[in-house]
Amino acid sequence: MDVAFIIETIIKIVVILLVFSALAGLGTYFERKVLAFMQRRLGPMHVGPFGLLQVAADGIKLFTKEDIIPQNVVKPIFKIAPVITAATAFMAAAAIPFWPQFTVMGYTVHPIVADINVGILYVLGVMAIGLYGPLLGGMASANKWSLISAARSAAIFISYEVITGLSLLAPLMMVGSLSLIDINNYQAGGITHWIVWSQPVAFILFWIAAFAETGRTPFHLVANDHEIIDGFGTEYSGMRWGLFFIGEYANMFFISFVIAIIFLGGFGDGSIAGAFQLLLKVAFFFFFFLWTRAAWPDVRPDQLMWLCWKVLMPIAVINIVITGIVMMF
Amino acid sequence: MHHEEPFTNRNVSESSAYYYVDIETYPTTGWDKFKQVVKRTFNGELFVGLWVVMREMIKFDIHTVQYPLEKLPIGPRYRAVHKLLRLWESGYERCIGCGLCEKICISDCIRMDTRIDENSRKEVTEYSINLGRCIFCGYCAEVCPELAIVHGGRYENGSEQRAHFVIKDDMLTPLDLLKAGEQAEYPGFGAIIPGSDASVKKTPLAY
Repeated sequence: MDVAFIIETIIKIVVILLVFSALAGLGTYFERKVLAFMQRRLGPMHVGPFGLLQVAADGIKLFTKEDIIPQNVVKPIFKIAPVITAATAFMAAAAIPFWPQFTVMGYTVHPIVADINVGILYVLGVMAIGLYGPLLGGMASANKWSLISAARSAAIFISYEVITGLSLLAPLMMVGSLSLIDINNYQAGGITHWIVWSQPVAFILFWIAAFAETGRTPFHLVANDHEIIDGFGTEYSGMRWGLFFIGEYANMFFISFVIAIIFLGGFGDGSIAGAFQLLLKVAFFFFFFLWTRAAWPDVRPDQLMWLCWKVLMPIAVINIVITGIVMMF
Repeated sequence: MHHEEPFTNRNVSESSAYYYVDIETYPTTGWDKFKQVVKRTFNGELFVGLWVVMREMIKFDIHTVQYPLEKLPIGPRYRAVHKLLRLWESGYERCIGCGLCEKICISDCIRMDTRIDENSRKEVTEYSINLGRCIFCGYCAEVCPELAIVHGGRYENGSEQRAHFVIKDDMLTPLDLLKAGEQAEYPGFGAIIPGSDASVKKTPLAY
């Protein structure tokens, strides 16, 4: 392995870390603004112009806040849990192509940390490990709300992971590769080649599962404020709690990238226009996460499990079977 | 349905604005449950919710009052922290030290000290209201025969000590503000009647 490759990879990692940490912060700002506008409020207004520096104020607050470790918690697990959430969210980003390859001063840059041939499997697998954050944090917290939240996160996890995998199976059968770059290139022919037209059911299913994956509102059961305080985050304070938050928002961005790349053509043929289209698609999916939070109520855990096991999973299986039959003939 | 008209008739009937909500019976058989699920799924109700919030975002009809910079108007009879008023022309304190407010105060938070001054008039030396106990019922203002103690509109009473607002010097209208005509009185019950000057008669000295 030559030195240039290692340096390039490290630079890519640092850039992705910085960009998406900042985006996670800005994501909270956008969330508060969008929710506020939808509820006829103004949202943050006082720190900076239109409250733009609210992110910085929140950051300063989180970083300088006392890091409280409650008395009866299992200390090592309690301390490591937020790191798992944030770290796995960013690790998942390693196999996501954020931009088509471009050439800078005669040097071709691939804006993907590692184009591994099991890309989407890796992304989903590592994102799934992120579940251990809420699970371990909730169980180690010595708090009833946290414990309920941990139990819920495990129950939800085994429900939605089935849908994620099964719904993706059909498009992957068509593409014949797990690499996100291959999936993107499969749709390079333009809007008519997007997988969403041939696999609309899989698209909807994966989108629904993405809400459970990121724990966003219709399936925001793990930290549902009005039922279980802040769930696994109840006992956390300062930057440990902030890491959970960064993980959640980074996950929202990454899953938006994944949906856009798999179903909506990604960056297309690799032109600059295609790249900006990818960003627009991601922005739409991110906005949709906020939109549903303003519009829809939360479901109960049993309703989510009913939905996943009894409705979505059969549909996903039928979708796979039909896709297979169509591909055979 | 949207009802904003006043509910004058509060009995449930055909003519009133109240109506019974239609609640369908719960499905019992599996097939009925399935039909309900399908109906609800393809009803598009989720999109109605999405549209409602999106509509509000596009209309951008923001109702926020940016409080320290903007304030909502309050009614002239708003019952916030008390004021002690002065007589309009002479500038003397209106309070004659009768002690009625102290007596009627149901939370027992008014305390006053009086003395006989050199002109043999009763003078109020101390007058304080314990805001920690005051429930802003307005009895003191109502019972005051001289319209001396009234409620003001000052609701922003953040301070290191509540007492900062309710010792006599804080409540009494300062003389310069009185001269500038800043002492406000609301019209209606408990205020000076317009044209009251004309109806005042001098006390005959023969008594």
